[in-house]
Amino acid sequence: MEREREITLVVNGAARRVRVPGRRLLSDCLRHDLGLTGTHVGCEHGVCGCCTVLLDGEPVRSCLTFAVTVDGSEITTVEGLAGADGMSAVQRAFAECHGLQCGFCTPGFLCTVTALLRDNPAPTDEEVADGISGNLCRCTGYQNIVKAVHRAAELIAEET
Amino acid sequence: MTTRLFGEPVQRREDPRLLTGGGRYLDDLGSGALAAAFVRSPHAHARVRDVDVSAALDVDGLVAIYTWEDLPERVGRPLPLLIPHPALTHGRTAYPLARDVVRHVGEPVVMVVARDRYLAEDACALIEVDYEPLKPVVGIEEAVQGAQLVHEDVPGNVGAHLVQEVPNEAGRSAREAIEASPHTLSFRLDIERSASMPLEGRGVYARWDGSDLRVYTSTQTSTSVRMAVAAALRLPLPHVEVIAPDVGGGFGVKIVHPWPEEILVPWAAMRLGQEVKWTEDRREHFISSAHERGQVQHVRVGFDDDGVVNGLDVTILHDHGAYTPYGIIVPIITSTQLLGPYRIGAYRVEFSAVYTNTVQVTPYRGAGRPQAVFCMERTMDKIARYLGKDRTEVRAANFIRPDEFPYDQGLIFQDGRPLIYDSGDYPEMLRMLKELIGWDDFEPGRHRGIGIGCYVEGTGVGPYEGGHVQITSDGRVHVSTGLTSQGQGHETVFAQIAATELGVPIERISVVTGDTRRFGYAVGTFASRAAVMSGNAIALACRKVREKALRIAADALEADPADLEIADGLVHVVGTPTASIPLSTVAVLANPLRYAFDEEAAKATQFSGISSPDKPPVAEGDEPGLEGRDYYSPIRSTFAAGMHAAIVETDPLTAAIKVLRYAVVHDCGRLINPMIVEGQIHGGVAQGIGGALYERMVYDGHGQLLNASFMDFLMPYVTEIPHIETAHLETPSPLNPLGIKGAGEAGVIPVSAVIAGAIEDAEGIEIDRMPISPSELFDLRNLAPDSRPIT
Amino acid sequence: MKPPPFEHHAPRDLGEALDVLAEVGPRGKVLAGGQSLIPMLNMRLAAPEHLVDINRVESLATLDLAPEGVTVGALARHAQVERLAGHPLLRQALRLVAHPVIRNRGTVVGSLVHADPAAELPAVLALLGGSVRLARLDAAEGVVSREVTAADFFVGSMESAVQPGELAVSAYFPTPPERSGTAFREVARRHGDYALAGVCAVVTLDDDLRITAARVACVSVGPVPVVVDVGGLCERRPASSVDWAGVARAVREVTEPDDDIHASAAYRLHLVGVLAERALKDAARDAAGPWGSSSAGT
Repeated sequence: MEREREITLVVNGAARRVRVPGRRLLSDCLRHDLGLTGTHVGCEHGVCGCCTVLLDGEPVRSCLTFAVTVDGSEITTVEGLAGADGMSAVQRAFAECHGLQCGFCTPGFLCTVTALLRDNPAPTDEEVADGISGNLCRCTGYQNIVKAVHRAAELIAEET
Repeated sequence: MTTRLFGEPVQRREDPRLLTGGGRYLDDLGSGALAAAFVRSPHAHARVRDVDVSAALDVDGLVAIYTWEDLPERVGRPLPLLIPHPALTHGRTAYPLARDVVRHVGEPVVMVVARDRYLAEDACALIEVDYEPLKPVVGIEEAVQGAQLVHEDVPGNVGAHLVQEVPNEAGRSAREAIEASPHTLSFRLDIERSASMPLEGRGVYARWDGSDLRVYTSTQTSTSVRMAVAAALRLPLPHVEVIAPDVGGGFGVKIVHPWPEEILVPWAAMRLGQEVKWTEDRREHFISSAHERGQVQHVRVGFDDDGVVNGLDVTILHDHGAYTPYGIIVPIITSTQLLGPYRIGAYRVEFSAVYTNTVQVTPYRGAGRPQAVFCMERTMDKIARYLGKDRTEVRAANFIRPDEFPYDQGLIFQDGRPLIYDSGDYPEMLRMLKELIGWDDFEPGRHRGIGIGCYVEGTGVGPYEGGHVQITSDGRVHVSTGLTSQGQGHETVFAQIAATELGVPIERISVVTGDTRRFGYAVGTFASRAAVMSGNAIALACRKVREKALRIAADALEADPADLEIADGLVHVVGTPTASIPLSTVAVLANPLRYAFDEEAAKATQFSGISSPDKPPVAEGDEPGLEGRDYYSPIRSTFAAGMHAAIVETDPLTAAIKVLRYAVVHDCGRLINPMIVEGQIHGGVAQGIGGALYERMVYDGHGQLLNASFMDFLMPYVTEIPHIETAHLETPSPLNPLGIKGAGEAGVIPVSAVIAGAIEDAEGIEIDRMPISPSELFDLRNLAPDSRPIT
Repeated sequence: MKPPPFEHHAPRDLGEALDVLAEVGPRGKVLAGGQSLIPMLNMRLAAPEHLVDINRVESLATLDLAPEGVTVGALARHAQVERLAGHPLLRQALRLVAHPVIRNRGTVVGSLVHADPAAELPAVLALLGGSVRLARLDAAEGVVSREVTAADFFVGSMESAVQPGELAVSAYFPTPPERSGTAFREVARRHGDYALAGVCAVVTLDDDLRITAARVACVSVGPVPVVVDVGGLCERRPASSVDWAGVARAVREVTEPDDDIHASAAYRLHLVGVLAERALKDAARDAAGPWGSSSAGT
């Protein structure tokens, strides 16, 4: 029987205790132990970016992180991006600009872009491209995603 | 509030769910299910001598291990050959688990079920399979030589061979017409393998309650999976339901069915009496799902001084991989769609579909058309180059004229019906494209070039789709259709159609796709057919419901149905807005009741005085309820078209290739939602750029796939995709009530041809093989040291 | 694609970490950022019995910038080092390492220990003549450490000088001399991919803007970073009159790239010369500028 460890993750603001073996990937822990299936798994080798979540505010690949390593950390997933008054500016901009089709890569983009715009509220085209350059999308051709990032920046600027 | 939503860029109704983590993809379901994993062949070709599972038996959490020997007869049979064709004389499909011989790396040999996927993989790693390696057949050339055989009983590795000939108006064959032409050219073209590669792999989750089986699968056709599963598991059809949940992209690979796992997972769930789920991982997707594109083409063309083609003779060698479950649809499409927007004097096309010890080949977005367009458009470029003419001029000289529709190409298309183009305006499209990209103003320079590609795409193939529309007594409209969705926005466009047809606000309309509990008859989502097929079926169903609603409302309002219209969910007499009745009430009245389950329902009960005592409450031939079902079954496909152009720049030293501009003119008939159509085009072009410059499946001589990961299979990121400029032409299809044509595959089709033409223009080097990498361009430069730009 | 089972150790301080490493020896692997190790585990290409997770050893999360160089602790993430002003070449190189999200987690020292011949950071360490500090627990002497220079650290493709039981605790990247400029040029198939070939360069000028020293380190053209001193070939000339073709030739002569699925050896060989010239010119321009404009790209 594999040894398990009890860890605590503060996910979307709520402390969650869970027992996991050392090899449990954070992606699987979020999805299957905590039931937060909004974080998707597209490659499990860190290239596609579908599993990107915010770890203490910074976007990371949850498929390249063991849950035990981040015991005690704060994690934000796509389920935690919307506020009490509805979808975040980034989420609304993606809808408005048709920045998603099948939606599978979308949670990873949303987490990445949320952090990108927090650190750089008015990015240039090049900064947007660099910022989302580690996320694959097979549906949209990215054009509307780039548009959505700029639109989200506008919305955030208008609303603050 | 307007309900005339057809043609409007309505925001997608699926988005709030998908943006907040509320999507439900296959692996999001069945949290308590057992997990399946597979031992897959590490050899491209081998005899399975023995399977030793003893070491795996100690794995904690192991539930079951199955080999082919464990499967009952119906389950262990070879998978179905989905689309038989007389020319496919040697069709072969795989067993769900390998029986005796494995024919590609990745073929499933042993199925393991365990408490979770980690443990299932642990068990897989401990199972020892004794293989006797056989010599593999890799690559088209090796297959054609036939020295080694993929299937012992398929001589020469040829699964299918088909010749189609269309003589010219004078009755001359293509070969005769070519010989009689003033100019001829012959050359060889190569296109390499790629794959659909949706970001969500395949997956199956099954629940068995002792009498009913429910299967969730990440598929492009739930209805057909249902029939296949019922047949294989010997279950009565009404006891099997199949649901496609949210699907994370398909692009063709998920139209194939039943995949081994779609039979094995439900079978294991029944046998074990527990829920079982299999979620494909990325490595599995590379080596055990399908690929496409690999072809070698030998072309001979005869033409006159104006570049008008007199005869075209194409011989295609099509790499079909190890099996042909989807028949020979891909090479048939290449053979027929090769003609594009052109009237070719006489045409001969021959293909051989050959087996190799590689992953099977089935349609990937575009489905044989990218190869076809590469062939025809390279041919046009070569003619122009030979004659010293502008490339657009040669194309224009061969276009079918707008007054020639319907235009019969004289071939049989992939739906078994004549290849007759319904409508189009190719000269206008070319004019628009030249203006958009600035073709006439482009100044060629060393290392900067422009390219063009034109195509015609048969979309909306039959046999049929259906739609069901129900208006309930709360005024809500429930639309369902059997085909499935993988991100195309069907919940939105079908709702737009229903809103427009019924005069109901879109907020009150919901759409369900791909759920056999809601709609059992369907074909599936492929061949850019969903909007054409289900869109029209839903429109027809809406019209039935509308007619019934007007009839009932006319009775209630004591008006003539012809004087009624529906707006904002209200039926009213034209010109008399006060004389109206909400659809919710019409729905109540449509269903004569004995019991008043709520206040509204009381209106339809037997003492309400609503029904005439002289007639039966439900008239003969009528049905209770305000609902309707209808089907759309077209006589043949409708033909969309497009033209793309690109400007590329190459680095004189590093041979890096950069797409500076990319322009698209597209005609898919009437647009239902321009925002969604543009999104489809963007995504298609991006996949096309991937196929032209980045993606390929690299097999070594042993049949090992060397780049089975996203590290080495180079799907483009945002940084590799240029801005795409689009313009639309709308030539309505005369074949269907809505006048629409399909748009799903369009973007990807001509991209390799366009980019090859642009690089050729920039470099002065003929580009006859795609994709092309900087390293390959460097090699070509070295082979042609005196290369000069073509002017 | 799930990792095989292993025993997870989460030491709280360096002593504990070294203690565990000494005990598990060759059966153990160190986990820092995990951006290279975890993919290998998920693909089951590696199956260590023990994983020594150093993410809780806060004393390793250090970043010391001194005039003579930067010392990067084993837990310093790429992104932190990238934000560090004062060592332009590290920043130039880090911007070419994968993608921002990977850099949030991946560590500089981990990348050095991984010793991928296509990676940027080993080349930077080699170019600058930096070093890596390795520590281990000795039964008799307690914690002992040794400093291994870049030349000795990269032993082969994916092979560093770290021995079982040892932990790479920090890396030292010297600051280039006064009036020096640096640049990193590479060609990758996609933005963020490992380079098909790459060159980082450091060029030092005299007061008359003549090149007094010039070195390059090349990526993806041999099992370890290939360092070439081209100072002599620059003949104390200003950048505008150096025989760059000769320099490129000299670089090509000492590199031995291989074919792979993305590029032929001949192409890589050609590229490394082109990139050497571009990187050296950029570095010379950087050195001439008052504040060093530092560039990276293709």
